[in-house]
Amino acid sequence: MSISARTSMPRTVAVHTALILYTLIALFPVFVILINSMKSRKAIFREPLALPGPDTFDLVGFQTVLTQGNFPLYFGNSMIVTVVSLALVLVFGAMAAFALSEYRFRGNFLMGLYLAIGIMIPIRLGTVAILKLMAAAHLTNTLTSLILVYTAQGLPLAIFILSEFMRTVSDDLKNAGRIDGLSEYWIFFTLVLPLVRPAMATVAVFTMIPIWNDLWFPLILAPSESTKTVTLGAQTFIGQYVTNWNAVLASLSLAILPVLVLYMIFSRQLIRGITSGAVK
Amino acid sequence: MKSYAIAAILLGTALAGNAALAETTITIESWRNDDLPIWQKEIIPAFEKDHPDIKVVFAPSAPTEYNAALNSKLDAGTAGDLITCRPYDASLALYKKGQLADLSDMAEMKNFPEVAKSAWQTDDGAHTFCMPMASVIHGFIYNKDAFDELGITPPKTVDEFYADLDKIKADGSYIPLDMGTHDQWEAATMGYQNIGPTYWKGEEGRKALIAGTQKLTDPDWVEPLKQLAKWSNYLGDGYQAQTYPDSQNLFTLGRAAIYPAGSWEIPGFEAQADFKMGAFAPPVQKVGDTCYISDQPDHAMGLNAASKNKDAAMTFLQWLGGQDFAQIYANSLPGFFALNSAPVDLKDPLAQEFLSWRKDCKSTIRSTYQILSRGTPNLENATWAASANVMNGTQTPEEAAADLQKDLASWYKPQQN
Amino acid sequence: MSERTPFRWHIAVFLAPAVVIYTLVMIIPLFATLDLSLYSATETGTKFVGLENFRTLFGDAHWAEQFWNAFWNNVWFFLINMAVQNPVGIALAALLSLPRLRFAALYRSAIFVPTILSFVIVGFVWKLILSPIWGIAPSMLAAIGLRHLFEPWLGQETTALTTVALISVWQFIGIPMMLIYAALLSIPEEVIEAAEVDGITGMAQFWKIKLPLILPSIGIISILTFVGNFNAFDLIYVAQGALAGPDFSTDILGTFMYRTFFGFQLQLGDPNMGATIASVMFFIILIGVCLYLFGIQRRLRRYQF
Repeated sequence: MSISARTSMPRTVAVHTALILYTLIALFPVFVILINSMKSRKAIFREPLALPGPDTFDLVGFQTVLTQGNFPLYFGNSMIVTVVSLALVLVFGAMAAFALSEYRFRGNFLMGLYLAIGIMIPIRLGTVAILKLMAAAHLTNTLTSLILVYTAQGLPLAIFILSEFMRTVSDDLKNAGRIDGLSEYWIFFTLVLPLVRPAMATVAVFTMIPIWNDLWFPLILAPSESTKTVTLGAQTFIGQYVTNWNAVLASLSLAILPVLVLYMIFSRQLIRGITSGAVK
Repeated sequence: MKSYAIAAILLGTALAGNAALAETTITIESWRNDDLPIWQKEIIPAFEKDHPDIKVVFAPSAPTEYNAALNSKLDAGTAGDLITCRPYDASLALYKKGQLADLSDMAEMKNFPEVAKSAWQTDDGAHTFCMPMASVIHGFIYNKDAFDELGITPPKTVDEFYADLDKIKADGSYIPLDMGTHDQWEAATMGYQNIGPTYWKGEEGRKALIAGTQKLTDPDWVEPLKQLAKWSNYLGDGYQAQTYPDSQNLFTLGRAAIYPAGSWEIPGFEAQADFKMGAFAPPVQKVGDTCYISDQPDHAMGLNAASKNKDAAMTFLQWLGGQDFAQIYANSLPGFFALNSAPVDLKDPLAQEFLSWRKDCKSTIRSTYQILSRGTPNLENATWAASANVMNGTQTPEEAAADLQKDLASWYKPQQN
Repeated sequence: MSERTPFRWHIAVFLAPAVVIYTLVMIIPLFATLDLSLYSATETGTKFVGLENFRTLFGDAHWAEQFWNAFWNNVWFFLINMAVQNPVGIALAALLSLPRLRFAALYRSAIFVPTILSFVIVGFVWKLILSPIWGIAPSMLAAIGLRHLFEPWLGQETTALTTVALISVWQFIGIPMMLIYAALLSIPEEVIEAAEVDGITGMAQFWKIKLPLILPSIGIISILTFVGNFNAFDLIYVAQGALAGPDFSTDILGTFMYRTFFGFQLQLGDPNMGATIASVMFFIILIGVCLYLFGIQRRLRRYQF
C-alpha cells in the first residue's frame, strides 16, 4: 500500500520499548489484583507480590462469591442493564447528534448546550427526585429503572462527542444522496452511521464503563435480590470493620471479564469502521 | 397529606391485623454488611421458627453509603420496614422528620436500662424511637505471646504503659503500638475517645462540656491530644499512610504488640490470629485512680413510620427486645455487648474481659456524640482531623484543641461565653 | 433569508427520543435538586431564602475556607491530569497508530484495562502498592537503590493530592488514548501519502500534519478532562475517605459537595447547602464549557474527509 518502507529497525525497537514500558505500568496493579485474588488473606498481606504457591494458593474468595448470593444472576442483570442502556444511548445519541450537526435551525446552539448540561452536573444529585419518579411509575426494583437512568446519564456525552465527529463527515456524500432522492432518515442510517462507526465505538466504550461499575443507582433504585448488579453484589463483602478482601477481589476481578470482552468487540469495530471508511 | 398517610397506615395495620396468617415479608435496612452471614444463618431462622408467617430480609448496604442511601429512600418512600439506627443525632433527626415511629410504649423497652435508651431518645427523654441492640467498649488488645516473650505485663497506669512500649521498641521485633492515621477515625475513636475519659473524668467532663462549664482548651481536654502526640513515637514506619485494615492485618499477622481497640474487633481477631490475645482497660494516671471506659451504645432498630407491614415489623421488634435475641446476638458477635438488663451468658473470654471493666470502671460515652455534633462544623468529624493531625505532627495538641474549641463555639451557644 | 421553509419533521424525530428521556430522568430531577439551594431548613419546615445560602458559602469563614480549599485542590487535580494524562495519552495513541505496528491490539487493550476497573479495586490496589507496611513500592525502590525516596505518600498533606491525581491519570489514560487514536486513524491515507511525497516523515509528520488535524479531538479531551475532574469524587472517596484526609488536603469540590449533601458519620446531610455547592460547581463547569464552545471550538478548523 505505501510507497517506501516507513520503518527502520532502531525506531521500531524504540516504539516497542516505550509501549511495553507503559503496558507494564498499566498492568502491574492489575497483576497484583489477580495474583492476590487467588491467595489466602494472610498470604495477601504477608507477601503481596508473591505468586500464589502451594502454601498460599486459596480460592476461598471465589468460593465465597459462588456460595453467598447469586452471582450468575447478578452478572446477567449487569449485562442486561449495560447492553440495553448502551444500545439506547448509541441510537438516540447518534440521532440527536446528527440533528445538531447536520441541520441549521433556530435554537440549534441552545439545544446543543441544553443537551450538554448533563455532563456538567453529576446525576447522583437528582437521586431523591429520580427515586420518587420511579416509585410513582412503579419501577423500583426493576432493571428498567436502571436502564432509564443510565440512558439519560449516557446521552449528553454521547451527543457531545458524536456531533463533533459527525461534522467531519463529507457534505458531498450526503448531498449526493439527497440528489438521488434519499430521505433524511435513509441518509442518516445508511450513509452517516457507518462512517462514524469509530466514534460510535469510542462512545460505546466510554458509556459502558460507568454503567457497569456504578454502585449508587443499583443500591437506591433496584437493591432487591433479583435485580442486584455485580458491583452491588460485591459490596456486601465490604463491611464496617471487617472487609472480606478475598471475596471483593475475586468478585471484582471476575467482573472485569465481561467489560473487557465488550471493549474488545468495540475496539475491533473501531478499526473495521475506519478501514472500511477509508476504502469507501 | 401527613394525616392522610397516617390514616392509610392505620387502615393498613387494621387490615393486616385481620389477615395475620398471610405471609408478610419485612425488610431490614442496615450498614452491618459484616453481620450478613450471622443474620442469614442464626438470627432470622431463630425468629422465623417462632413466626412462620413472617419472612425477614436483612438488606445491608456498605457502611459508607448507608446514611446517604437510607435518607434518599426514606425521603422517596421506598425504604425498608425496619431501620438500623445510628446512635444519637442521626436517628433523632429521622424521628423529628417523622420517618421513625415512636416506640416509647413498647413493653420491651422496660428490658433496657435508661443509659442504653438515652442514645435513641428525644433530649427530654420523653420519646424513645429505636429498640437498643448493642454497645461497644474501648480498650487495648495485646499479643500475649509477645508480652510473655518480652517479659512484660499489661499496664495499669500510664507510666507502666509507656514503660512497656519502651521495652517493645527497644527489642525491635514488634511494632509497639498498632495504629495508622490515614483513615483518621481510628485516631479519634480508638485513640482520643479511648483514653480521653481518663483525663476528663468520663461523664463529669462530658456533661460539663455540654453545659459549657468546661472548654476543649482546658488541660483535661488537651491532655488526651498530648498523649496521642506521644504515641506517634511508638507507631510503625509510615503510619501516616497506614489504613485501618492495614492495622488489623498487622496485628493479626503477629507483627504488632498492642492494638488500641474497640471490642468489635474480637470476632475478627479471634478468627485471624494464631497467637494468644489479652485485653487491658485504658490505663489510669496513677495507682488508685478511678478508671473510666467508653461504653458506647452503637446500634438499635427502629420502625419506618411509612412501613406497610407495621404489624409484622412490630412483632419482630418485640422479639428483638427480648432475651432470646440478646443471647444469640451477644454470642454470635462477641464484642457487641447486649444492652438488655437481663444478664447474658457470654462465652468468649476476650469479650468477658472487656465486659468485666464495667464492674470496676466508670462508664461514659464518646464525648462528641450527644448534642455536640449537631451543628456545622461537626465536632466529631473535626475531632477525626484534629487527632490525626496531632499524631502526624502537623499540629501541636494546643493548636488542635484551640481549633476544635473555635469550631464548636462557632455554633454551640453554651460554649460562646 | 426569510424564505419560508416547511417544518422539518425529521429534525424533531431525530431529537425527540434523546430529549424526552434526558429531560424527564435527568434534567427535571437535577433542577429540582439545584432549586433546594434557594431554600433553608428551619424548625417548621423549609423557607425560601433567595441567595442567602450562597452568601453563607462565600461569606461565612468556615464554609468559605472549606470551599476555597476544595476549589484550589480541584484546580491542582485538574492541572496534573491535563499535564500528564493528556500528553501521555496522545503520545501512546500516536505510537499505536503507526502503520504496521505489531501487537497494536494487544497494547491497546492492555493500556485500557485500568479504565475498566471499578473504583473499589483501584483504591484497594494502589493503597496496597504504596503502603509502607506491605512493602511493594518500598521493595521495588530498594531494588533500584532508591529506597530512601520512599515516603508514605498517601498519608502526607504535601503529597497526598498529587499522588491521588496520578492514580487518576493511571486509571483514565485510556480515554484520551482512545479518542485520539480514533481521530488519528480517521486521517485519510492520501493526506499521509502526500506528506511523504513532500518528504515529511516521522516526528515532523506528527507535528506538522497529524497534530493540526486532531486538534478538535484534543479540544474534546481537554474539556472532558475539565468536566470530569471538576465532578470527580469516587476515587478520593475510596482512597482517602469521605473526609478527604489528611486534614482535608485531598478534598475537592465533588467530595465537599457529597459530604455536605448526604452527610457523613455524625454530620447530618444538608441538602440545601449541598445543592448550593453543586450549583456553584455547575456554574464553574458551565463557564469552562462555554469558554470552550465559544473561544476554542469555533477557532479550530474542522476538516471534512
